[in-house]
Parts: sequence; C-alpha cells; structure tokens
Amino acid sequence: MIPELGHFALWLALGIAAVMGTLPMLGAHRNRGDWMALARPSARALFALVGFAFLCLAASFVGNDFSVLYVASNSNSTLPLHYRITAVWGGHEGSILLWLLMLTFWSFAVASFSKHLPEKVTARILAVMGWLAFGFLLFVLATSNPFDRLFPVPSEGRDLNPLLQDPGMVIHPPMLYMGYVGLSVAFAFAVAALIGGNLDAQWARWTRPWTTAAWIFLTLGIALGSGWAYYELGWGGWWFWDPVENASFMPWLVATALIHSLAVTEKRNSFKNWTVLLAIVAFSLSLLGTFLVRSGVLSSVHAFATDPRRGLFILAFLVIVIGSSLALYAWRAPSVGLGARFALLSRETLLLGNNVLLVVACGAVLLGTLYPLALDAMNLGKISVGPPYFETVFVPLLTPLVFLMGVGPLSRWKHAELPDLASRLKWAAGATVAATLLAAWLKGGIGIVGAVGLAMAFWIVASLVTDLFERLRPAGGVRTGVLHRARQIPRAVLGMMLAHFGIAVFIFGVTMVRTGEVERDVRMAIGDTTEIGETVFTFRGVREVAGPNYRALRGRVEVTENGKPVTTLYPEKRIYPATQTTLTEASIEPGFTRDLYVSLGEPANGGAWIVRVYVKPFIDWIWGGCLLMALGGLVAATDRRYRAKVRATSTASITAGASPA
Amino acid sequence: MKRLWFLIPLFAFFALAVVLAVGLKRDPREVPSPLIDKPAPKFALPRLDDAAKTIRLDDLRGKVWLLNVWASWCVACREEHPVLLEFAKKRVVPIYGLDYKDERADAQAWLARFGNPYDASLVDADGRVGIDFGVYGVPETFVIDGNGVIRMKHIGPLTPEVLRDKIEPLLKRLDA
Repeated sequence: MIPELGHFALWLALGIAAVMGTLPMLGAHRNRGDWMALARPSARALFALVGFAFLCLAASFVGNDFSVLYVASNSNSTLPLHYRITAVWGGHEGSILLWLLMLTFWSFAVASFSKHLPEKVTARILAVMGWLAFGFLLFVLATSNPFDRLFPVPSEGRDLNPLLQDPGMVIHPPMLYMGYVGLSVAFAFAVAALIGGNLDAQWARWTRPWTTAAWIFLTLGIALGSGWAYYELGWGGWWFWDPVENASFMPWLVATALIHSLAVTEKRNSFKNWTVLLAIVAFSLSLLGTFLVRSGVLSSVHAFATDPRRGLFILAFLVIVIGSSLALYAWRAPSVGLGARFALLSRETLLLGNNVLLVVACGAVLLGTLYPLALDAMNLGKISVGPPYFETVFVPLLTPLVFLMGVGPLSRWKHAELPDLASRLKWAAGATVAATLLAAWLKGGIGIVGAVGLAMAFWIVASLVTDLFERLRPAGGVRTGVLHRARQIPRAVLGMMLAHFGIAVFIFGVTMVRTGEVERDVRMAIGDTTEIGETVFTFRGVREVAGPNYRALRGRVEVTENGKPVTTLYPEKRIYPATQTTLTEASIEPGFTRDLYVSLGEPANGGAWIVRVYVKPFIDWIWGGCLLMALGGLVAATDRRYRAKVRATSTASITAGASPA
Repeated sequence: MKRLWFLIPLFAFFALAVVLAVGLKRDPREVPSPLIDKPAPKFALPRLDDAAKTIRLDDLRGKVWLLNVWASWCVACREEHPVLLEFAKKRVVPIYGLDYKDERADAQAWLARFGNPYDASLVDADGRVGIDFGVYGVPETFVIDGNGVIRMKHIGPLTPEVLRDKIEPLLKRLDA
C-alpha cells in the first residue's frame, strides 16, 4: 500500500509541475496576476508530494518490503538500519528521486525567499523550475519507477553495494545533488531574465546568493566524495579523474567562474552576456553529468546498472532543455547592452582572465572525459584517458589562475595602474620567493613541480595578507581602532579571503602529498616491521571477526614513531556474503601534518600478508582547504548587503506598485 | 554578423549531443571475452549429486553443450531458474551447471526446492575453474562446441529472448 501511495504522489506531482510550468509563465506574459499567483503554492505542493513519495520509499526500505523491486535489489534484512535508509539513494531509481527531491526543495526555497522579487520575475523563475521538475518526474515515471513491485516476492534482498555501506555515502550524494540541482536556480533566473528582458545588475544581485549556496554544497559534495574514495577504495588516492568525478568537477569550475562573473555584473553592470551564458552552461553541465552517470555511456568505478531507454530519455531531455535555453540565448543576448567600459588593466580584465582560465580548464576536463567516447563513436577504437593528461593540462592553467587570484582583489575596478599594483605587491612577491626557498631548503628534494606548488600557496597567502593589511591600516587621517576597521570589512570580502585561503591550503596539501608521500607494498609475516623515516610499522597478524552483514579478516599493525608507540591500526578485508564481494577497509591514523594509512592486500604464504603501508604528509589539508572554501562561500552568501537589499527592494517595489500605471 | 557569435554555444552543444547519441548505442562494458573461439579451460570436478564421480572437459567432447554458472547464494540465478527449467524441457542441448563457490548441502537443497534443469552440476567450491573461465558475475552461460571450443558467453540471467535470438540460432549453426 505504501509504495502505491508514493507512486500516486508522483503522478499528482507531475500534474502540479505541468501547471507550475505553464500558467505562471503565460500569466507573466499576459499580465494575469491570478495565473502568476499559482507559482508559489504549486512549488510548495510539488515539494510536499515529492517529499512524501521519498518518505514512502524510505519506509519500504526500513520495513524490508522486498516486494518492491528496488528495495529487493538494494537492501537486505541483515543490513543495519542506517544503511537501509541511505540505501534509498544507493541505486539508480532512488538517486533520481533524490535529485527530484532536491529540485523541488530548491523551488520551494525560491518560492519562500523571493518576496522581494517582482511578481513577474518570480513567476517566470518558478515556471522554468516547474518544467525541469516535469521532465524529471516524467523520467522517473516512464523509465525509473522506484515503486515497481516484484512477484513472486523474494525472501531476501540482494543487499546494498558494500562500497556504499559507509558513513561518507550517507551525506555525499545529498550534498552533491544539492549542489548540482542548486545550479538550476541560477539557470532559472537566467532564463527568466532572458525571457523578460531584464538582464541587469539587479538580476545579478538576486542570483548571487543562490549561486553561492549551490556552489557551497557542490564544494562539500565533491570533497566528501574525494574523502570517501581515499579511505574506502583502499588505494590511498584522493582523486582519480574518473568520469563521474569529472562530471561533478566541471559544473564546479563553471560555477566558480559564474560567481566571479556575477560580481562584475552586479558591481559594474558588465559581462552580462557572458554571465548569463555561464549560468546556463553551469546547469547544463550538471544535466550532462547526470546523463553521463545514468546512461552508462562511460564506464567508471561508479557504474550503475543501465537501461538504454533511460539514456535516450535523458539525452532527449538534455537536448530540449539545453538546446532551447541556448537558442533563447542566441535570440535575446545580442540585444543586451555591454555595460560600463573598463581599461585594459582593471579588476574587470583580471576577473575576465580568471573566467577564461576556469572555462578553459572545464573544457579540458570535458575533452578528456568525452574523448574516449568520441573516438568510440567514430569507430577509432576504445581508449581511456588517465591522470597524466589531466595533470599535464591542469598545472599550466592553474598557475596563471593563482597569480591572478593574488592580483585581482588588490586592483581597482574600471582602471588600475601597473606601477601602483607592483609596488603594493612587491612585499608579497618577495615573501613568496623567500618562503618557497626556505621550504625547499628545509625539506629538500621537492623538485620543480613541488616548488611551483608551494610558491602558488605562499603567493595566495602573501597577497591575502597584503590585502588585509591595507584594509586594517589607518587611512585618511581618521583615527579608528583596528577592530573597528576589521568590522568594516564586508562579509563578501571576508568570504572571498577565506575561500582564497582555502585554495592556498588545498594547493599546499596537494603539493606536499605529491612530493612527500611514501607508498610501500610489502610482504609481512607476523612480527615483521617496515620503516618509513622514523615511523615503524609492526605487523601482528590477522584474525577473523564478524560484522552485522559481513565477515572480516582484521589485521593488527602497531605503529611507533621515534621509538614511542603512536597508535594501533586495524585494516580489514571484508566479505559480504549477500553480494559475494570483498572489500578492503583501510585503517588510517589521521594527523595535522601526516596520515598513516595501512590496508591489507592479498594473503601470501605462511600466514604472511601483502600489506600496503602509506605515509601521506598533509593530506588532510586537501579537504581542510575545501572546507575553508565552503565556509568562505557561507560567509559571503550571508553578506549584509543581500539582507539589507531584501528590505530595501521590497519597500521600493511596493512604492513602485502603488504609483499609478 | 554579430548575432552569429551568439549561436556558437548552441551549435557546439548540438555537436556534443550527436556524439552522446552515438555513444549511447555503444556499451563500454562490452569487453569482448578473450575466451571466445578459444579452447575451454581444462577441468576435472566432482559431481554435485555424487562427490565420488568426476567429470572432465574431455568427457564432454563430441557434443555441443551449455555451461551455466550458478550458486545457491545468487539471487539473480533464482530469477533465471524458471527460464532455464523451461529450456531444459525442450532437450535441445545438454546443460551442465557449474556450482560456483558454494556449499554442497545448500546447493543440493536449492535444486531440490526449485527444480533441476541440469544434466549434471559440477562443484567448483574454491572457484578456481570459474576464474579460469573468466567468470565475474553469476549467473553466466557458455556455449561450448564438440571440439571443446567456447563459442559464446552470456553474462547475467538468461532470458527467453537471449535463448531465442542468440543461443538457439547458434546451436542450429553448430549442429549443421
């Protein structure tokens, strides 16, 4: 009964989405207030219905209802309760339902936090989101119904993929999807502005917090996925340039460009055509990512069971949504003005440089991801593009980007002077060189790439310090305290500084791991030791342990540093009988300056094991950097300006509405 | 003229969509099995119903036969089972089971409960023979000809369509 209720709620939602997609849009066109007024209640009803369907599916999982095909394929009665709940999005159908839930949640959020927007704008935005929801609902109902029944009812389910039985998987997909789908808001704002012809600084100001919010989730989602790969796959890597990882990284790159471009559009009313295009492209890449993951055109560690009808459906949806929005762009954008002029050297130019580099980087990732597919499509054979390509392309693109990151925030809008910039940044440049040389001398043997990486991290920090110093220095003869001046810094600027600092931390972590990590695969009998520097690993053998739905061989490795015991690690080799899979569960001792990482390889003769012993310096800084970036986004998104403007514009629109037409 | 610039994103996207559409028809996981048209790996395994008797690859020479890899723990095998039983009734071809990484008692109970479509099942308790055959998912089905050469491999549960459109035509050709 419960699954049927969920199924029915989805059909109702389809009807509501159809209303939400049409009447408010027509209403905005014909000036019909009653039609436009349907947008908000529809968005709320849509969220409630899809949320209800989602709960129904979750209830089937919790109650082990194996008469539901999707539950039988992704759960098992021995699966612990918390994983039964996360198994809801462990397969294709549930993931798409989660996608849909996020989409309706964002429309609900737009409906709730758009009181300050003109009625027509809100109606158009929600109508666009209504169409997206309609398309995805149709997809679920036509090809991926999670509520399909199974007869005869099996006594036991097939179990959730053991790789997904992990706390990281509990929050990674929802975070990532929040980010992916959150970009639909920027997309809807862009399409609505193109239709309404009100593409201006105001539009950029409305779009900014939404874009930043989506970007925060995307950043966290990608970081969680990377962390999950690090400790769950047992290879000690944190990024594999896997097609599915790339699918999430591409929208991130474009969303980052969009955030910077929106700043120019808001402040200077420039780049409008470019910004609106980025907003469309960012969400298009989210859809493309969904297509790549769900259609099975690419093979990847994330491979899901595939059905050709699904691929075809998403492709058709992709062509309609992206095709029509780009056609709309080609039609409307030429009439949008250019905005304020700016000099060759100005913050605008530097931000444009940043945008171009980010988009080129995204293009490079897209090329690397789709190249094997394109070759196969032209019958030129099956190949795969690996990390060497991406790393070769990325470092040269990242270096100028980081340089601009230091200069941009210090330069003036409209027109900047080179001598002025040079004299303000000379200390930062000097400090960067000195710090790099010092680090290279202290550590030794970091190579050119390592030195470049460290220099990039130091440059960002040094230019941030310069910026901060200039803002806190007494200026103009007004005597105020440092604390007072610190409070004067807008949150948007603070957020930017935090996020840029996060990039520095991230680059530092990546560089240290790349230049300093030690990976050893050694054969160890009981009592054998392996030394890496001052760290000694002693293998104490393995024993059998039983988990709730698996059996495991658990190894014991004692670690000492400089003769003092540090920790004992327990890497596992798990066997999940329901799916007949073995899983390597690494054991990690995290630390501020290094991670100790031990995982079990294969058993060797005489009770010995092949043991992988890794020391990863500063690897946690990679995710720490991502956290700082997300935190920066959060600080920037809560800038007073948006909250103050909310009140200001709502009063303004009331007065404008009251004036006789 | 200026308008044309704004059409570039649209055209670029359509080019991409064409690549995706063609790519959709391909299966990236369709890695051609290196064993097709190669002699089947040699084996000598005990029968499930009688551990004292051994069946070797060479015992099966001279006739076309199916090797169906199954196990009592395999949920998909349960899905496949009615199809296989129905097919076995037709007596088109002898079907041998490879009971992969299974407990003998469980496997016997499973066949007793769901029916036995096999002429005989071989017990591959440690999965060695399965590895030789390149088994990476259960169920899998191999068509092996009279000279002991693997002619076809199907991964996943057999369906009436696969039997009708792929396996039966192949068997007719092999018999001819």
